[in-house]
Amino acid sequence: MSQLLYSKLRISFKVEPSLVTSIGKIQLERPVMLASGILGISLDVFNRLYRSGAGAVVSKSLSTEPWDGYPNPTIFSVNGGGWINAVGLSNPGAPNFAKMIESNKDVPIIVSLVGSIPEDFEMMVKQFKNCKVTAYELNLSCPHVAKVGLEVGDDPELVKKIVSTMKNSTDVPVIAKVGLGTTHYLNTVNAAIDSGIDAITAINTIRAMAIDVETQRPILSNKFGGLSGTPIKPIALRCVYEISSKYNIPIIGCGGISTWEDAVEFILAGSSAIQLGSTIGDNWMHVFNDINQGILQYMKRKGYSKIDEMIGLAKKS
Amino acid sequence: MQRNHNHTKICIVEKVIDETPTVRTLIFSDDVMSAVLPGQFAMVWIPGINELPMSVMISQESGKAAFTVRRHGSASTGLFNVQVGQQIGVRGPYGNSFNLKQGKLLLVGGGTGLVPMMRLLTFVKPSDDVTILIGAKSKNEVFFEDLANTLLKNNPHRVIVTTDDGTHGEKGFVTNMVEKLVNENHFDGVYTCGPEIMMYKTVQLAHSKGLFVQASLERMMKCGVGICGSCCVGEDLVCKDGTVFDGDHLLSNKEFGHFHRNKAGILENY
Repeated sequence: MSQLLYSKLRISFKVEPSLVTSIGKIQLERPVMLASGILGISLDVFNRLYRSGAGAVVSKSLSTEPWDGYPNPTIFSVNGGGWINAVGLSNPGAPNFAKMIESNKDVPIIVSLVGSIPEDFEMMVKQFKNCKVTAYELNLSCPHVAKVGLEVGDDPELVKKIVSTMKNSTDVPVIAKVGLGTTHYLNTVNAAIDSGIDAITAINTIRAMAIDVETQRPILSNKFGGLSGTPIKPIALRCVYEISSKYNIPIIGCGGISTWEDAVEFILAGSSAIQLGSTIGDNWMHVFNDINQGILQYMKRKGYSKIDEMIGLAKKS
Repeated sequence: MQRNHNHTKICIVEKVIDETPTVRTLIFSDDVMSAVLPGQFAMVWIPGINELPMSVMISQESGKAAFTVRRHGSASTGLFNVQVGQQIGVRGPYGNSFNLKQGKLLLVGGGTGLVPMMRLLTFVKPSDDVTILIGAKSKNEVFFEDLANTLLKNNPHRVIVTTDDGTHGEKGFVTNMVEKLVNENHFDGVYTCGPEIMMYKTVQLAHSKGLFVQASLERMMKCGVGICGSCCVGEDLVCKDGTVFDGDHLLSNKEFGHFHRNKAGILENY
Protein backbone atom coordinates (compact mmCIF):
# COMPACT_ATOMS: atom_id res chain seq x y z
CA MET A 1 0.00 0.00 0.00
CA SER A 2 2.67 2.51 0.97
CA GLN A 3 4.61 1.54 -2.15
CA LEU A 4 1.57 2.24 -4.26
CA LEU A 5 1.14 5.66 -2.62
CA TYR A 6 4.78 6.46 -3.12
CA SER A 7 4.66 5.63 -6.80
CA LYS A 8 1.54 7.76 -7.21
CA LEU A 9 3.27 10.67 -5.49
CA ARG A 10 6.24 10.36 -7.79
CA ILE A 11 4.03 10.53 -10.80
CA SER A 12 2.25 13.63 -9.52
CA PHE A 13 5.56 15.36 -8.76
CA LYS A 14 6.67 14.80 -12.32
CA VAL A 15 3.74 16.61 -13.88
CA GLU A 16 3.44 19.36 -11.26
CA PRO A 17 5.40 22.49 -12.24
CA SER A 18 7.54 24.09 -9.55
CA LEU A 19 7.40 27.71 -8.39
CA VAL A 20 10.96 27.57 -7.05
CA THR A 21 13.03 30.41 -8.44
CA SER A 22 16.60 31.63 -8.15
CA ILE A 23 17.59 35.27 -8.08
CA GLY A 24 21.31 34.69 -8.48
CA LYS A 25 22.38 33.02 -5.23
CA ILE A 26 19.00 33.62 -3.59
CA GLN A 27 16.69 30.64 -3.88
CA LEU A 28 12.99 31.08 -3.08
CA GLU A 29 10.19 28.52 -2.91
CA ARG A 30 7.85 30.95 -4.66
CA PRO A 31 8.54 33.93 -6.95
CA VAL A 32 5.99 36.33 -5.44
CA MET A 33 7.40 38.57 -2.71
CA LEU A 34 6.19 41.39 -0.48
CA ALA A 35 7.57 44.76 -1.65
CA SER A 36 9.35 47.07 0.75
CA GLY A 37 7.31 49.65 2.62
CA ILE A 38 4.21 47.48 2.80
CA LEU A 39 3.10 45.97 6.15
CA GLY A 40 6.73 45.34 7.05
CA ILE A 41 7.18 46.10 10.75
CA SER A 42 6.11 43.00 12.69
CA LEU A 43 7.54 39.49 12.61
CA ASP A 44 4.06 38.10 13.27
CA VAL A 45 2.79 39.79 10.10
CA PHE A 46 5.81 38.44 8.18
CA ASN A 47 4.90 34.93 9.29
CA ARG A 48 1.30 35.46 8.19
CA LEU A 49 2.43 36.76 4.78
CA TYR A 50 4.68 33.74 4.37
CA ARG A 51 1.79 31.41 5.23
CA SER A 52 -0.32 33.37 2.71
CA GLY A 53 2.05 32.47 -0.10
CA ALA A 54 4.79 35.12 -0.13
CA GLY A 55 8.09 33.57 -1.24
CA ALA A 56 9.94 36.24 0.73
CA VAL A 57 9.12 39.46 2.53
CA VAL A 58 11.05 42.69 2.16
CA SER A 59 11.09 44.82 5.30
CA LYS A 60 10.30 48.50 5.43
CA SER A 61 13.44 50.45 4.58
CA LEU A 62 15.44 50.70 7.78
CA SER A 63 17.56 53.65 8.78
CA THR A 64 20.29 53.89 11.43
CA GLU A 65 17.80 55.56 13.83
CA PRO A 66 14.00 55.19 14.21
CA TRP A 67 12.02 57.51 11.93
CA ASP A 68 8.43 58.65 12.56
CA GLY A 69 7.75 59.47 8.90
CA TYR A 70 5.51 62.32 7.77
CA PRO A 71 2.24 63.46 9.36
CA ASN A 72 -0.98 62.28 7.67
CA PRO A 73 -2.33 62.41 5.02
CA THR A 74 0.36 60.04 3.83
CA ILE A 75 -1.64 58.29 1.11
CA PHE A 76 -4.04 59.31 -1.63
CA SER A 77 -6.19 57.15 -3.91
CA VAL A 78 -5.85 58.27 -7.53
CA ASN A 79 -9.03 58.59 -9.58
CA GLY A 80 -8.76 55.83 -12.17
CA GLY A 81 -6.42 53.63 -10.13
CA GLY A 82 -3.22 53.66 -8.14
CA TRP A 83 -2.02 55.37 -4.99
CA ILE A 84 0.28 58.25 -4.19
CA ASN A 85 2.04 57.82 -0.86
CA ALA A 86 4.46 59.82 1.21
CA VAL A 87 4.69 57.79 4.38
CA GLY A 88 8.21 59.17 4.76
CA LEU A 89 10.09 55.92 5.37
CA SER A 90 8.77 55.53 8.91
CA ASN A 91 10.63 52.62 10.50
CA PRO A 92 11.82 51.42 13.91
CA GLY A 93 15.50 51.75 12.98
CA ALA A 94 17.84 48.90 12.07
CA PRO A 95 18.90 48.04 15.68
CA ASN A 96 15.29 47.66 16.93
CA PHE A 97 14.23 45.77 13.82
CA ALA A 98 17.19 43.37 14.06
CA LYS A 99 16.25 42.53 17.64
CA MET A 100 12.69 41.80 16.55
CA ILE A 101 13.69 39.33 13.82
CA GLU A 102 16.33 37.49 15.86
CA SER A 103 13.76 34.80 16.64
CA ASN A 104 12.84 34.33 12.97
CA LYS A 105 13.33 30.76 11.80
CA ASP A 106 11.02 30.22 8.86
CA VAL A 107 10.49 33.37 6.84
CA PRO A 108 12.89 34.43 4.07
CA ILE A 109 13.35 38.07 5.10
CA ILE A 110 15.01 40.56 2.77
CA VAL A 111 16.15 43.54 4.81
CA SER A 112 15.68 46.88 3.03
CA LEU A 113 18.18 49.58 4.05
CA VAL A 114 18.10 53.32 3.46
CA GLY A 115 20.90 55.77 4.18
CA SER A 116 22.93 58.67 2.83
CA ILE A 117 26.55 57.51 3.12
CA PRO A 118 28.37 54.15 3.00
CA GLU A 119 28.97 54.29 6.78
CA ASP A 120 25.18 54.24 7.42
CA PHE A 121 24.92 50.93 5.58
CA GLU A 122 28.02 49.47 7.23
CA MET A 123 26.62 50.27 10.68
CA MET A 124 23.22 48.76 9.84
CA VAL A 125 24.54 45.48 8.43
CA LYS A 126 26.41 44.89 11.71
CA GLN A 127 23.09 44.91 13.59
CA PHE A 128 21.96 41.75 11.79
CA LYS A 129 24.82 39.41 12.75
CA ASN A 130 22.46 37.21 14.83
CA CYS A 131 19.62 37.22 12.31
CA LYS A 132 18.59 34.98 9.46
CA VAL A 133 18.69 37.43 6.53
CA THR A 134 18.05 36.12 3.01
CA ALA A 135 19.35 39.28 1.30
CA TYR A 136 19.70 43.03 1.70
CA GLU A 137 17.84 45.38 -0.62
CA LEU A 138 19.31 48.89 -0.92
CA ASN A 139 16.65 51.57 -1.27
CA LEU A 140 18.17 53.81 -3.96
CA SER A 141 14.80 55.01 -5.19
CA CYS A 142 12.31 56.32 -2.60
CA PRO A 143 11.09 59.55 -4.30
CA HIS A 144 9.85 61.55 -1.30
CA VAL A 145 12.56 61.80 1.38
CA ALA A 146 15.54 64.17 1.13
CA LYS A 147 19.16 62.96 1.07
CA VAL A 148 18.27 59.25 0.82
CA GLY A 149 16.57 56.91 -1.63
CA LEU A 150 16.30 58.44 -5.09
CA GLU A 151 18.74 61.26 -4.27
CA VAL A 152 21.36 58.57 -3.60
CA GLY A 153 20.32 56.54 -6.66
CA ASP A 154 20.71 59.67 -8.80
CA ASP A 155 24.42 59.79 -7.87
CA PRO A 156 26.09 56.76 -9.54
CA GLU A 157 29.45 57.46 -7.85
CA LEU A 158 27.81 57.33 -4.41
CA VAL A 159 25.95 54.17 -5.46
CA LYS A 160 29.30 52.55 -6.30
CA LYS A 161 30.71 53.42 -2.87
CA ILE A 162 27.64 52.13 -1.04
CA VAL A 163 27.45 48.87 -2.99
CA SER A 164 31.20 48.26 -2.51
CA THR A 165 30.87 48.90 1.22
CA MET A 166 27.93 46.50 1.43
CA LYS A 167 29.78 43.79 -0.50
CA ASN A 168 32.77 44.18 1.86
CA SER A 169 30.53 44.07 4.93
CA THR A 170 28.50 40.93 4.29
CA ASP A 171 28.40 37.62 2.47
CA VAL A 172 24.62 37.84 2.19
CA PRO A 173 23.44 38.78 -1.35
CA VAL A 174 22.84 42.49 -1.94
CA ILE A 175 20.06 43.81 -4.20
CA ALA A 176 19.74 47.40 -5.47
CA LYS A 177 16.22 48.80 -5.84
CA VAL A 178 16.22 51.45 -8.54
CA GLY A 179 13.67 54.00 -9.66
CA LEU A 180 13.06 56.85 -12.06
CA GLY A 181 14.93 59.96 -10.93
CA THR A 182 16.89 62.73 -12.59
CA THR A 183 19.79 60.44 -13.60
CA HIS A 184 18.94 57.77 -16.17
CA TYR A 185 18.15 54.70 -14.07
CA LEU A 186 20.34 52.50 -16.31
CA ASN A 187 23.35 54.54 -15.13
CA THR A 188 22.43 53.63 -11.57
CA VAL A 189 22.00 49.98 -12.56
CA ASN A 190 25.36 50.11 -14.31
CA ALA A 191 27.11 51.59 -11.24
CA ALA A 192 25.62 48.93 -8.99
CA ILE A 193 26.65 46.11 -11.34
CA ASP A 194 30.19 47.54 -11.61
CA SER A 195 30.47 47.36 -7.82
CA GLY A 196 29.34 43.75 -7.60
CA ILE A 197 25.60 43.97 -6.89
CA ASP A 198 23.88 40.55 -6.88
CA ALA A 199 20.48 41.60 -8.26
CA ILE A 200 18.32 44.59 -9.22
CA THR A 201 14.77 45.37 -8.10
CA ALA A 202 12.96 47.61 -10.60
CA ILE A 203 11.15 49.89 -9.98
CA ASN A 204 10.09 52.07 -7.03
CA THR A 205 7.14 54.46 -6.95
CA ILE A 206 7.29 57.48 -9.29
CA ARG A 207 7.32 61.03 -7.89
CA ALA A 208 3.82 62.48 -8.07
CA MET A 209 1.28 64.70 -6.32
CA ALA A 210 -2.44 65.38 -5.85
CA ILE A 211 -4.33 68.64 -5.23
CA ASP A 212 -7.79 68.92 -3.70
CA VAL A 213 -9.90 71.33 -5.77
CA GLU A 214 -12.31 72.23 -2.96
CA THR A 215 -9.69 73.25 -0.42
CA GLN A 216 -7.19 74.16 -3.19
CA ARG A 217 -4.14 72.63 -1.54
CA PRO A 218 -1.91 69.56 -2.01
CA ILE A 219 -3.44 66.61 -0.16
CA LEU A 220 -0.32 64.85 1.11
CA SER A 221 1.35 66.56 4.07
CA ASN A 222 4.66 66.25 2.18
CA LYS A 223 2.99 67.62 -0.99
CA PHE A 224 4.95 65.14 -3.15
CA GLY A 225 4.74 61.37 -2.90
CA GLY A 226 5.31 58.28 -5.00
CA LEU A 227 2.77 56.89 -7.48
CA SER A 228 2.24 53.13 -7.24
CA GLY A 229 -0.27 50.57 -8.45
CA THR A 230 -1.66 49.68 -11.86
CA PRO A 231 -0.82 53.02 -13.58
CA ILE A 232 2.93 52.37 -13.27
CA LYS A 233 2.89 48.71 -14.33
CA PRO A 234 3.65 49.29 -18.03
CA ILE A 235 6.53 51.61 -17.09
CA ALA A 236 8.00 49.10 -14.62
CA LEU A 237 7.66 46.34 -17.21
CA ARG A 238 9.53 48.45 -19.78
CA CYS A 239 12.36 49.02 -17.27
CA VAL A 240 12.68 45.29 -16.49
CA TYR A 241 12.79 44.53 -20.21
CA GLU A 242 15.44 47.21 -20.79
CA ILE A 243 17.65 46.05 -17.91
CA SER A 244 17.42 42.40 -18.90
CA SER A 245 18.18 43.28 -22.52
CA LYS A 246 21.29 45.20 -21.61
CA TYR A 247 22.75 43.38 -18.59
CA ASN A 248 23.23 39.84 -17.39
CA ILE A 249 21.91 40.45 -13.87
CA PRO A 250 19.03 38.80 -11.97
CA ILE A 251 16.00 41.13 -11.78
CA ILE A 252 13.09 41.37 -9.37
CA GLY A 253 10.13 43.09 -11.04
CA CYS A 254 8.06 45.54 -9.01
CA GLY A 255 5.42 48.10 -9.89
CA GLY A 256 1.66 47.75 -10.17
CA ILE A 257 1.51 43.95 -10.31
CA SER A 258 -1.91 42.76 -9.20
CA THR A 259 -2.76 39.60 -11.20
CA TRP A 260 -1.00 36.42 -12.29
CA GLU A 261 -0.98 37.75 -15.85
CA ASP A 262 0.97 40.80 -14.64
CA ALA A 263 3.41 38.50 -12.82
CA VAL A 264 3.93 36.33 -15.90
CA GLU A 265 4.46 39.45 -18.03
CA PHE A 266 7.29 40.53 -15.73
CA ILE A 267 8.84 37.04 -15.82
CA LEU A 268 8.66 37.01 -19.62
CA ALA A 269 10.32 40.45 -19.62
CA GLY A 270 13.24 39.09 -17.62
CA SER A 271 12.30 38.99 -13.91
CA SER A 272 13.30 36.03 -11.77
CA ALA A 273 10.81 37.08 -9.10
CA ILE A 274 8.22 39.80 -8.57
CA GLN A 275 7.10 42.00 -5.67
CA LEU A 276 3.60 43.04 -4.63
CA GLY A 277 2.68 46.29 -2.90
CA SER A 278 -0.41 48.37 -3.59
CA THR A 279 -2.54 45.40 -4.63
CA ILE A 280 -2.41 44.08 -1.08
CA GLY A 281 -4.53 47.04 0.03
CA ASP A 282 -7.17 46.19 -2.58
CA ASN A 283 -7.04 42.39 -2.51
CA TRP A 284 -5.54 41.64 0.91
CA MET A 285 -3.12 38.83 1.65
CA HIS A 286 -4.71 36.06 -0.38
CA VAL A 287 -3.44 37.85 -3.50
CA PHE A 288 -0.11 36.03 -2.96
CA ASN A 289 -1.70 32.62 -3.23
CA ASP A 290 -4.00 33.74 -6.06
CA ILE A 291 -1.01 34.83 -8.14
CA ASN A 292 1.03 31.73 -7.27
CA GLN A 293 -1.84 29.51 -8.37
CA GLY A 294 -2.34 31.53 -11.54
CA ILE A 295 1.33 31.17 -12.47
CA LEU A 296 1.13 27.42 -11.79
CA GLN A 297 -1.92 27.00 -14.02
CA TYR A 298 -0.21 28.98 -16.77
CA MET A 299 2.91 26.79 -16.47
CA LYS A 300 0.78 23.64 -16.70
CA ARG A 301 -1.09 24.95 -19.72
CA LYS A 302 2.11 25.99 -21.48
CA GLY A 303 4.10 22.93 -20.42
CA TYR A 304 6.77 24.59 -18.27
CA SER A 305 8.17 22.78 -15.24
CA LYS A 306 10.35 25.58 -13.84
CA ILE A 307 10.11 29.39 -13.59
CA ASP A 308 13.60 29.58 -15.02
CA GLU A 309 12.34 28.28 -18.38
CA MET A 310 10.14 31.37 -18.80
CA ILE A 311 12.45 34.19 -17.69
CA GLY A 312 13.01 36.71 -20.50
CA LEU A 313 11.14 34.70 -23.17
CA ALA A 314 9.52 37.87 -24.54
CA LYS A 315 12.93 39.01 -25.75
CA LYS A 316 13.15 36.19 -28.31
CA SER A 317 11.26 38.07 -31.01
CA MET B 1 -22.15 56.64 -10.28
CA GLN B 2 -21.24 54.87 -7.07
CA ARG B 3 -18.63 56.71 -5.06
CA ASN B 4 -15.16 55.20 -4.70
CA HIS B 5 -14.83 54.92 -0.94
CA ASN B 6 -11.06 55.53 -1.12
CA HIS B 7 -11.58 59.00 -2.57
CA THR B 8 -11.65 61.83 -0.07
CA LYS B 9 -15.05 63.58 -0.04
CA ILE B 10 -15.05 67.14 1.21
CA CYS B 11 -17.85 67.77 3.73
CA ILE B 12 -18.84 70.94 5.58
CA VAL B 13 -19.29 70.83 9.33
CA GLU B 14 -22.86 71.98 9.99
CA LYS B 15 -23.10 71.83 13.74
CA VAL B 16 -20.75 71.42 16.70
CA ILE B 17 -21.91 70.03 20.05
CA ASP B 18 -19.78 70.32 23.20
CA GLU B 19 -20.21 66.96 24.96
CA THR B 20 -17.68 67.70 27.75
CA PRO B 21 -14.93 70.32 28.10
CA THR B 22 -12.62 68.06 26.04
CA VAL B 23 -15.06 66.18 23.77
CA ARG B 24 -16.99 67.57 20.81
CA THR B 25 -19.33 66.14 18.18
CA LEU B 26 -19.11 67.58 14.66
CA ILE B 27 -22.16 66.94 12.45
CA PHE B 28 -22.06 66.90 8.63
CA SER B 29 -24.22 65.63 5.75
CA ASP B 30 -23.14 62.47 3.95
CA ASP B 31 -25.32 59.53 2.92
CA VAL B 32 -22.45 57.03 2.86
CA MET B 33 -21.18 57.91 6.34
CA SER B 34 -24.71 58.04 7.79
CA ALA B 35 -25.18 54.39 6.83
CA VAL B 36 -21.95 52.80 8.11
CA LEU B 37 -22.00 49.74 10.34
CA PRO B 38 -20.99 49.84 14.03
CA GLY B 39 -17.24 49.31 14.26
CA GLN B 40 -16.44 50.81 10.86
CA PHE B 41 -14.31 53.93 10.64
CA ALA B 42 -13.45 56.79 8.31
CA MET B 43 -10.14 58.53 7.66
CA VAL B 44 -10.82 62.18 8.41
CA TRP B 45 -8.70 64.91 6.85
CA ILE B 46 -8.35 68.27 8.55
CA PRO B 47 -6.87 70.26 5.65
CA GLY B 48 -3.44 71.64 6.48
CA ILE B 49 -3.28 69.79 9.80
CA ASN B 50 -3.51 66.00 9.68
CA GLU B 51 -5.69 62.98 8.91
CA LEU B 52 -6.87 60.51 11.52
CA PRO B 53 -9.06 57.41 11.84
CA MET B 54 -12.44 58.11 13.45
CA SER B 55 -15.35 55.86 14.32
CA VAL B 56 -18.45 57.34 12.67
CA MET B 57 -20.99 58.77 15.12
CA ILE B 58 -24.72 58.61 14.47
CA SER B 59 -26.88 61.65 13.89
CA GLN B 60 -30.56 61.86 14.76
CA GLU B 61 -31.25 63.34 11.32
CA SER B 62 -31.29 61.13 8.25
CA GLY B 63 -28.47 61.54 5.75
CA LYS B 64 -26.21 63.00 8.40
CA ALA B 65 -23.28 61.60 10.35
CA ALA B 66 -20.85 62.92 12.92
CA PHE B 67 -17.45 62.53 14.50
CA THR B 68 -17.06 62.67 18.25
CA VAL B 69 -13.51 63.65 19.09
CA ARG B 70 -11.55 64.03 22.31
CA ARG B 71 -8.90 66.75 22.26
CA HIS B 72 -5.64 64.86 22.78
CA GLY B 73 -2.75 65.03 20.26
CA SER B 74 -2.21 67.54 17.46
CA ALA B 75 -4.47 65.73 14.98
CA SER B 76 -7.42 65.23 17.34
CA THR B 77 -7.04 68.79 18.66
CA GLY B 78 -7.10 69.98 15.04
CA LEU B 79 -10.40 68.18 14.50
CA PHE B 80 -11.75 69.37 17.88
CA ASN B 81 -11.12 72.97 16.83
CA VAL B 82 -12.98 72.72 13.50
CA GLN B 83 -15.78 75.36 13.41
CA VAL B 84 -19.20 75.31 11.79
CA GLY B 85 -18.80 76.00 8.04
CA GLN B 86 -15.26 74.60 7.84
CA GLN B 87 -14.36 71.79 5.42
CA ILE B 88 -13.14 68.33 6.37
CA GLY B 89 -12.25 65.44 4.05
CA VAL B 90 -13.73 61.99 4.62
CA ARG B 91 -12.77 58.66 3.05
CA GLY B 92 -14.09 55.22 3.85
CA PRO B 93 -15.90 53.54 5.46
CA TYR B 94 -13.24 50.97 6.29
CA GLY B 95 -13.17 47.89 8.48
CA ASN B 96 -15.64 45.26 9.64
CA SER B 97 -18.43 45.51 12.18
CA PHE B 98 -19.86 43.83 15.26
CA ASN B 99 -21.66 40.52 15.00
CA LEU B 100 -24.83 41.51 16.81
CA LYS B 101 -26.52 38.70 18.70
CA GLN B 102 -30.10 38.75 19.94
CA GLY B 103 -31.38 38.45 23.48
CA LYS B 104 -29.57 39.81 26.51
CA LEU B 105 -26.78 42.15 25.47
CA LEU B 106 -24.05 43.95 27.40
CA LEU B 107 -22.27 46.97 25.92
CA VAL B 108 -19.22 48.45 27.63
CA GLY B 109 -17.90 51.80 26.45
CA GLY B 110 -15.33 54.27 27.69
CA GLY B 111 -14.73 57.80 26.37
CA THR B 112 -15.07 58.16 22.61
CA GLY B 113 -15.22 54.34 22.49
CA LEU B 114 -18.91 54.96 23.12
CA VAL B 115 -19.32 56.08 19.50
CA PRO B 116 -19.58 52.59 17.95
CA MET B 117 -21.66 51.51 20.97
CA MET B 118 -24.26 54.24 20.18
CA ARG B 119 -24.38 53.09 16.56
CA LEU B 120 -24.74 49.48 17.74
CA LEU B 121 -27.78 50.56 19.79
CA THR B 122 -29.50 51.65 16.56
CA PHE B 123 -29.29 48.03 15.33
CA VAL B 124 -30.76 46.19 18.35
CA LYS B 125 -34.14 44.47 18.03
CA PRO B 126 -37.04 45.76 20.19
CA SER B 127 -37.08 42.44 22.04
CA ASP B 128 -33.40 42.68 23.05
CA ASP B 129 -32.66 43.33 26.73
CA VAL B 130 -29.77 45.77 26.63
CA THR B 131 -27.42 46.87 29.41
CA ILE B 132 -24.93 49.58 28.54
CA LEU B 133 -22.06 50.55 30.83
CA ILE B 134 -20.54 53.99 30.44
CA GLY B 135 -17.18 54.42 32.14
CA ALA B 136 -15.59 57.78 32.94
CA LYS B 137 -13.07 59.22 35.37
CA SER B 138 -15.33 61.91 36.71
CA LYS B 139 -18.80 63.51 36.33
CA ASN B 140 -17.63 66.22 33.89
CA GLU B 141 -16.36 63.54 31.47
CA VAL B 142 -19.65 61.64 31.21
CA PHE B 143 -21.47 61.96 27.88
CA PHE B 144 -24.04 60.05 25.79
CA GLU B 145 -25.95 58.90 28.93
CA ASP B 146 -29.17 60.64 27.83
CA LEU B 147 -28.65 59.56 24.22
CA ALA B 148 -28.34 55.91 25.29
CA ASN B 149 -31.61 56.15 27.24
CA THR B 150 -33.33 57.75 24.23
CA LEU B 151 -32.05 55.14 21.78
CA LEU B 152 -33.18 52.33 24.09
CA LYS B 153 -36.59 53.77 25.04
CA ASN B 154 -38.43 50.91 23.33
CA ASN B 155 -36.26 48.17 24.84
CA PRO B 156 -35.99 46.60 28.26
CA HIS B 157 -32.76 48.34 29.24
CA ARG B 158 -30.36 49.70 31.83
CA VAL B 159 -27.86 52.53 31.34
CA ILE B 160 -25.24 52.33 34.09
CA VAL B 161 -22.62 55.04 34.50
CA THR B 162 -19.51 54.47 36.59
CA THR B 163 -17.02 57.15 37.56
CA ASP B 164 -13.62 56.42 39.07
CA ASP B 165 -14.15 59.15 41.70
CA GLY B 166 -17.82 58.44 42.36
CA THR B 167 -19.01 61.96 41.36
CA HIS B 168 -21.71 60.47 39.12
CA GLY B 169 -23.37 57.06 38.95
CA GLU B 170 -21.64 54.11 40.57
CA LYS B 171 -18.19 54.65 42.06
CA GLY B 172 -15.32 52.56 40.69
CA PHE B 173 -13.85 51.28 37.46
CA VAL B 174 -16.29 50.21 34.77
CA THR B 175 -14.62 46.79 34.66
CA ASN B 176 -15.62 46.18 38.32
CA MET B 177 -19.21 46.58 37.16
CA VAL B 178 -18.57 44.25 34.21
CA GLU B 179 -17.32 41.61 36.65
CA LYS B 180 -20.41 41.98 38.84
CA LEU B 181 -22.77 41.79 35.87
CA VAL B 182 -21.21 38.76 34.17
CA ASN B 183 -21.08 36.94 37.51
CA GLU B 184 -24.80 37.50 38.11
CA ASN B 185 -26.20 37.27 34.55
CA HIS B 186 -25.94 35.39 31.32
CA PHE B 187 -25.45 37.59 28.25
CA ASP B 188 -25.91 36.46 24.65
CA GLY B 189 -23.40 39.03 23.45
CA VAL B 190 -20.86 41.38 25.05
CA TYR B 191 -19.48 44.32 23.02
CA THR B 192 -16.81 46.78 24.05
CA CYS B 193 -14.90 49.79 22.78
CA GLY B 194 -12.71 52.21 24.68
CA PRO B 195 -9.36 52.28 26.45
CA GLU B 196 -7.46 49.06 25.68
CA ILE B 197 -6.99 48.00 29.32
CA MET B 198 -10.75 48.34 29.84
CA MET B 199 -11.41 46.22 26.74
CA TYR B 200 -8.78 43.66 27.76
CA LYS B 201 -10.36 43.15 31.19
CA THR B 202 -13.87 43.09 29.74
CA VAL B 203 -12.88 40.46 27.17
CA GLN B 204 -11.13 38.38 29.83
CA LEU B 205 -14.12 38.54 32.21
CA ALA B 206 -16.72 37.72 29.54
CA HIS B 207 -14.58 35.01 27.99
CA SER B 208 -14.00 33.37 31.40
CA LYS B 209 -17.77 32.96 31.65
CA GLY B 210 -17.97 31.47 28.18
CA LEU B 211 -19.80 34.52 26.79
CA PHE B 212 -19.57 35.70 23.17
CA VAL B 213 -17.53 38.90 23.33
CA GLN B 214 -16.16 41.31 20.73
CA ALA B 215 -13.98 44.42 20.97
CA SER B 216 -13.31 47.24 18.52
CA LEU B 217 -9.61 48.16 18.65
CA GLU B 218 -7.87 51.45 18.08
CA ARG B 219 -4.33 51.84 16.75
CA MET B 220 -2.23 54.56 15.16
CA MET B 221 -3.09 54.53 11.45
CA LYS B 222 -1.48 56.12 8.44
CA CYS B 223 -3.15 54.63 5.36
CA GLY B 224 -6.28 52.92 6.73
CA VAL B 225 -6.32 50.53 3.77
CA GLY B 226 -3.92 47.67 4.64
CA ILE B 227 -0.74 49.00 3.05
CA CYS B 228 1.38 50.82 5.62
CA GLY B 229 1.19 48.27 8.44
CA SER B 230 1.15 50.90 11.21
CA CYS B 231 -1.94 49.45 12.90
CA CYS B 232 -0.69 45.89 13.32
CA VAL B 233 -1.48 44.05 16.57
CA GLY B 234 0.50 40.83 16.50
CA GLU B 235 -0.36 39.38 13.10
CA ASP B 236 -3.63 41.31 12.76
CA LEU B 237 -4.13 44.63 11.00
CA VAL B 238 -6.82 46.71 12.71
CA CYS B 239 -7.78 48.54 9.49
CA LYS B 240 -8.36 45.39 7.38
CA ASP B 241 -8.95 42.52 9.82
CA GLY B 242 -10.81 44.71 12.33
CA THR B 243 -11.61 47.02 13.88
CA VAL B 244 -13.80 44.35 15.53
CA PHE B 245 -12.24 41.11 16.74
CA ASP B 246 -13.66 38.12 18.62
CA GLY B 247 -12.57 37.82 22.22
CA ASP B 248 -11.03 34.36 21.92
CA HIS B 249 -8.91 35.54 18.99
CA LEU B 250 -7.81 38.63 20.91
CA LEU B 251 -6.81 36.65 23.98
CA SER B 252 -4.46 34.57 21.82
CA ASN B 253 -2.81 37.77 20.53
CA LYS B 254 0.18 38.58 22.72
CA GLU B 255 0.07 42.33 21.97
CA PHE B 256 -3.62 42.94 22.80
CA GLY B 257 -3.94 44.68 26.18
CA HIS B 258 -0.19 45.09 26.53
CA PHE B 259 1.43 46.91 23.63
CA HIS B 260 0.77 49.36 20.86
CA ARG B 261 3.17 50.72 18.24
CA ASN B 262 4.38 54.30 17.94
CA LYS B 263 4.80 56.23 14.67
CA ALA B 264 8.15 54.54 13.99
CA GLY B 265 6.56 51.11 14.54
CA ILE B 266 8.27 50.43 17.87
CA LEU B 267 6.27 48.52 20.49
CA GLU B 268 5.35 50.56 23.56
CA ASN B 269 3.64 49.42 26.75
CA TYR B 270 0.14 50.57 27.62
